[in-house]
Amino acid sequence: MSSIIYAILALSIIGAVAAIILYFVAQKFKVYEDPRIDTVCEKLPGANCGGCGYAGCRALAEAIVKNESLENKFCPVGGASTMNEIAEVMNLSVEASEPKIAVVRCNGGKCNTQAKANFEGFDNCLFAHMTFSSEGGCANGCLGLGNCVKACSFDAIHINPETKLPEVDEEKCVACGACVKTCPRSVIELRNKGKNSRRVFVSCINQEKGAAAKKNCEAACIGCGKCAKACPFEAISINNNVAYIDFNKCKLCRKCVAECPTGAIHAVNFPIKKEENL
Amino acid sequence: MNTFRLGGVHPQENKLASENAIELFPLQQKAVVFVSQHLGAPSTPVVQKGDRVKTGQLLAKAEAFICANTHSPYTGVITKIDVATDFNGYKKPAFYIDVEEDEWCEDIDTSEDIVQDIKLSSQEIIERIKDRGIVGLGGAAFPTHVKYMVPEDKHVDYVIINAAECEPYLTSDNRLLLEHTEEVLIGVEIMKKALNINKAKIGIETNKPKAINALKTIINKYPGTEVVALKTKYPQGAEKQLIYALTKREVPSGKLPIEVGCVVNNVGTAFAIYQAVQKNRPLIDNILTFTGKAVENNRNLLVRVGTSIQSIIDYCGGLPENTGKVINGGPMMGKAMMDLSAPTTKTTSSILVMTEAEASRKKTTNCLRCGKCVSACPMGLEPIQISLLAKQERWEEAEKECAMDCIECGSCLFTCPAGQPLLDIIRVAKSKIGALRRARSKK
Repeated sequence: MSSIIYAILALSIIGAVAAIILYFVAQKFKVYEDPRIDTVCEKLPGANCGGCGYAGCRALAEAIVKNESLENKFCPVGGASTMNEIAEVMNLSVEASEPKIAVVRCNGGKCNTQAKANFEGFDNCLFAHMTFSSEGGCANGCLGLGNCVKACSFDAIHINPETKLPEVDEEKCVACGACVKTCPRSVIELRNKGKNSRRVFVSCINQEKGAAAKKNCEAACIGCGKCAKACPFEAISINNNVAYIDFNKCKLCRKCVAECPTGAIHAVNFPIKKEENL
Repeated sequence: MNTFRLGGVHPQENKLASENAIELFPLQQKAVVFVSQHLGAPSTPVVQKGDRVKTGQLLAKAEAFICANTHSPYTGVITKIDVATDFNGYKKPAFYIDVEEDEWCEDIDTSEDIVQDIKLSSQEIIERIKDRGIVGLGGAAFPTHVKYMVPEDKHVDYVIINAAECEPYLTSDNRLLLEHTEEVLIGVEIMKKALNINKAKIGIETNKPKAINALKTIINKYPGTEVVALKTKYPQGAEKQLIYALTKREVPSGKLPIEVGCVVNNVGTAFAIYQAVQKNRPLIDNILTFTGKAVENNRNLLVRVGTSIQSIIDYCGGLPENTGKVINGGPMMGKAMMDLSAPTTKTTSSILVMTEAEASRKKTTNCLRCGKCVSACPMGLEPIQISLLAKQERWEEAEKECAMDCIECGSCLFTCPAGQPLLDIIRVAKSKIGALRRARSKK
């Protein structure tokens, strides 16, 4: 009987001593974590896509709380509504940020280029990019092997089997920029979504001179400069034989679209013009 | 019989043009000459648009250390200096020349006489090699003079001449040895003099008995030079493999042949050095094999640099109907041509026409873990391991697997029963690792 009592006593003493030691150790090494991090993190979508530029949602939350500012911190997935909620928690004002979308700036594909060679090898844009120019001969254009599709966590980009070009699903794209980062040829760009999702952009990044570009691709930008002349807002610049429309200056007038001799400038989501309806 | 230690494969030899003598390819009306045709820093053009140049005149000058001069292969007017497409579809700066006639620069000896006496000193020889734009004709186009500028702490024992020609189909080196035996051997003498040594070894595969005979009949005139017959096995002509086969020395990983006291050059380069030193002739032409199973006349042609591939094909009777690929180089290491209007360069050794059946690759299936690529790799690497790491873009780990030691011989790809594009992937890994290393050394 007494041995049981000794055992209970011994264990209780050990337990009490351990508890006291643990208590002081915990006090000594206590890590203070701002409770707001958890609150902010809960507001974020939790996809950990990295679209904000941080390693994941928690990293973004930590950065927001640490810097006490929302400058250059924007969750493209949650968008403005999420940022407003976070701003409320943090007692900060949110910067107005235009929603963005991924835009594929190549119009070559199967429709506008003639295949001069076939690619046999590892089906991966990065590997194809480093071993040959492209099936149509354009060294800048889309290779159509779908690294962007693999990179997208939102199932928002797909290769069109007819054109062999990636197409962005406007509903699903959250402008996280994963496809932009993965594309070895920088074909994809994040652009402002525009009013009513209406956008005007140059669907070509070929930097070759006009004749050479046109030889490889029917719809290449030849850098003729007609669009730049036609633009009333000076939104179009021509560098390295390719036109670029600054989406902050573009007022969606579409004068450039009509001027482009190769149809390299695309206008999307505009209502079909009346004269075409007749 | 002498051979290298690890791996290797034996593809069908197909030396179809080995009996056909070298023909002179007719001069063309127009030529496109790339400004830089070598490995290393780009050369700087020294002529302008509208200038009239003579055959052999300097077009572009080497200003960096690893760089080579480019000379005019024709006499004519430079109509423009603009980009031209190369075999791979990439754009590079080039001279466009409208050919008028063939008037050589006065200081070049164009006679056929063989000059035996080497008058120049060792330093002058190296200067001449540099001045005449000689690059390694084994394929890599490495500026030759750099190999002869031996660092002071290094010692050279052997000049090694690569006459293995281990690539199937290719016969230009074989023909060169048969038709210009004497000149090649004088070229070797010049190399020895440039390095102030007396030992040279010529490695040649046993599938070229006539060339071995031709060499052996006159080799006694050139003491110190030795002809060694090597087993017919691919890649016998690869630098490091050849050194092992001839001297039993192994080049350490990431090091150059000079580390084991060897300087390796191709027979083509030996001939070019002979012409440069004894005749003051720049490197403006090379011997090119036009071959293929479906080709009617397999030929060896002496073609000036800057001739369009299409004109060579037309001269040889056009492409057969069932052509699948036209390859620049041999079937193992060569690359399929993207654009047939591309001009030849100093190192275009072959135009290989493959039939559709030959050209198509095996369908890629999953790796069987059979290890054939590992046993075939002449560098003792694990190609499948490197390719798996590269596929996941784990470049640093691929570097630890010695991906940079890969000589891109293609033995792994040739032997893989699952049709894995191993070499393509490793090539990409190598360039990625190269970029990483450059970034590291900048830091």
